[in-house]
Amino acid sequence: MINYIIKRIGIAIPTLLILIAVSFYLMHAAPGGPFTSERPLPAQVLANIEAKYGLDQPIWRQMTNYLWGVITEFDFGPSYKYHDRTVNEIIAQGFPITLKYGFWSFIVAIGVGIPLGAIAAIRKNTWIDYLAVGVSIGAQVLPNFVMAPLLIIVFTLWLDWLPGGGWNGGSWQYLIMPVIALSTSYMASIARITRSSMLEVLNTNYIRTARSKGLPTKIIFFRHVLKPSLLPVISYLGPAFVGLITGSVIIDMYFSTGGMGYFFVNSAFNRDYSVMMGITIVVGGLTILFSLIADLLYAWVDPKIRY
Amino acid sequence: MSFLEVNNLKVEFDTADGVVSAVNNVSFSLDEGKILAIVGESGSGKSQTVFAMNGLLDHNGRASGSVKFEGKEILNLPNSELNLIRAQKIAMIFQDPMTSLNPYVRVSEQMAEVLVHHKGIPKSDAIQQSINMLDAVKIPDAKNRIRMYPHEFSGGMRQRVMIAMSLLCHPKLLIADEPTTALDVTVQAQIMQLLADIQKEFGMSIILITHDLGVVAGNSDEMLVMYGGEVMEIGKTEHLYSNATHPYTQGLMSAVPRLDDTADRLVTIPGNPPNMMLTPVGCPFSPRCKFANTTCSSQTPILSKVDNNDHYRACHVAIEDTL
Repeated sequence: MINYIIKRIGIAIPTLLILIAVSFYLMHAAPGGPFTSERPLPAQVLANIEAKYGLDQPIWRQMTNYLWGVITEFDFGPSYKYHDRTVNEIIAQGFPITLKYGFWSFIVAIGVGIPLGAIAAIRKNTWIDYLAVGVSIGAQVLPNFVMAPLLIIVFTLWLDWLPGGGWNGGSWQYLIMPVIALSTSYMASIARITRSSMLEVLNTNYIRTARSKGLPTKIIFFRHVLKPSLLPVISYLGPAFVGLITGSVIIDMYFSTGGMGYFFVNSAFNRDYSVMMGITIVVGGLTILFSLIADLLYAWVDPKIRY
Repeated sequence: MSFLEVNNLKVEFDTADGVVSAVNNVSFSLDEGKILAIVGESGSGKSQTVFAMNGLLDHNGRASGSVKFEGKEILNLPNSELNLIRAQKIAMIFQDPMTSLNPYVRVSEQMAEVLVHHKGIPKSDAIQQSINMLDAVKIPDAKNRIRMYPHEFSGGMRQRVMIAMSLLCHPKLLIADEPTTALDVTVQAQIMQLLADIQKEFGMSIILITHDLGVVAGNSDEMLVMYGGEVMEIGKTEHLYSNATHPYTQGLMSAVPRLDDTADRLVTIPGNPPNMMLTPVGCPFSPRCKFANTTCSSQTPILSKVDNNDHYRACHVAIEDTL
């Protein structure tokens, strides 16, 4: 187990390095740069600014310099656009916000998705099943850029129950709509995965064995059906969790929550190289971390998998 | 009052393509302490017959008729009432030991839950009794192996675990649905020997479902031959072996390969098993029967007495003609 974790971390390092190298070259391959604007700067001024940030050096040199800073001092460098802030500060500001509404979205997606899928499977081909499937298909096909303005229209403009945007330290009134808008499609996927895997489990020979043992339905469900049904859900949860906590541009735009998604998109438009790289590394690192956690969780549930 | 009496049992399944009738008017009875073998090829309705008795049909299945166990009607009882009979009075073991145990739950849990639930004893006692039962079915090192998961056992060992699990509450009837089909030949012999031993030890009745006539011969008191969801012939095993009068039973017996036979080709029954989607008209075996006449394809034969050895068969062809 320990050996396996060490091995996975050993693989994670070159993976991250490749990710950094590819993103770095792609980023610089895009036309323009952080200091390109509609009114061109005098050539000398531009050259001076670029020299200050080291952009005049060859790309491999820029990258090694950047990596050196990241590795030795955990310094993602200064933002090229927000001149008074470093990338570390931007991430420190945006990430906790994203983490908070992402975490709650994750809880809602699991808390609603799994029971919904389970009920649909147990009551297969009844109106309960059709309703649950209908709800999850509806949630799936309604993209969050439609969902978000709909929520604002209903809960802010019509009912005037909730604030239409802002963060306010993440108090619950400001949290509700971003969480609903972000979690629905994940919830729907989890419900569908749970339903289909549970239907499969309910048809297995070992469930027939459990029935032949005269056990009450409740014991059969919780002891024999639930665990195997959740295996496919677990492998979906790793990447889903990363997707949720690394933020959504849509949510940050509609609800002015100020999370990482907002900075990520703006950095791409502005060719704000260092912010882009910083967020890419954070997201990449988290993806690797949580797919490892999902794999470990899988082994914990499935006795046939041992590392 | 017989121990087990099945009368006119019918099993139907609703499918997207229509109603499949898997079992038609099956009747038989079984005395306490006896072993009945139900024989037939795949799809003949043997398994569905016993699943219906224990309420284990798939959700699209329907059963009608009567199954009386110790004088009490048990067919189509609600789950809550069947759960008082299952495991405690009627226990089952299944065809494929690889998939019949839950791969995600330790053997100790799967066994102990039966006792904890039905006998209300503490889990530690339940585990101790389970270990004793594993010892009884000759699983070596049961004390430690009980903590393992099913995939850590071989196929034969898993079937032993299944058998031990089914015996925990000392049931009066054990239904073994092709218990040796998925195992290799040497293990088959061991499992059959084990079943014979425990039958003597516990004195219960067994319904043994199989398509292997070799298994039937040495291991049963009575024998019921099924084809196309209907009973073809029924009688005492020993008697039937030398006095089979139904063309299907005769065909089955001559299809068993013999060591001393030097023929190049194996003997088979020509044709294919019937399509169960179609409502049976006449004898289901008639399209493949070499003795079939016009009555056979129009009228369903009913079980009638052959001789005074409790020997019955459902066939229009005169006994003399089939000899």
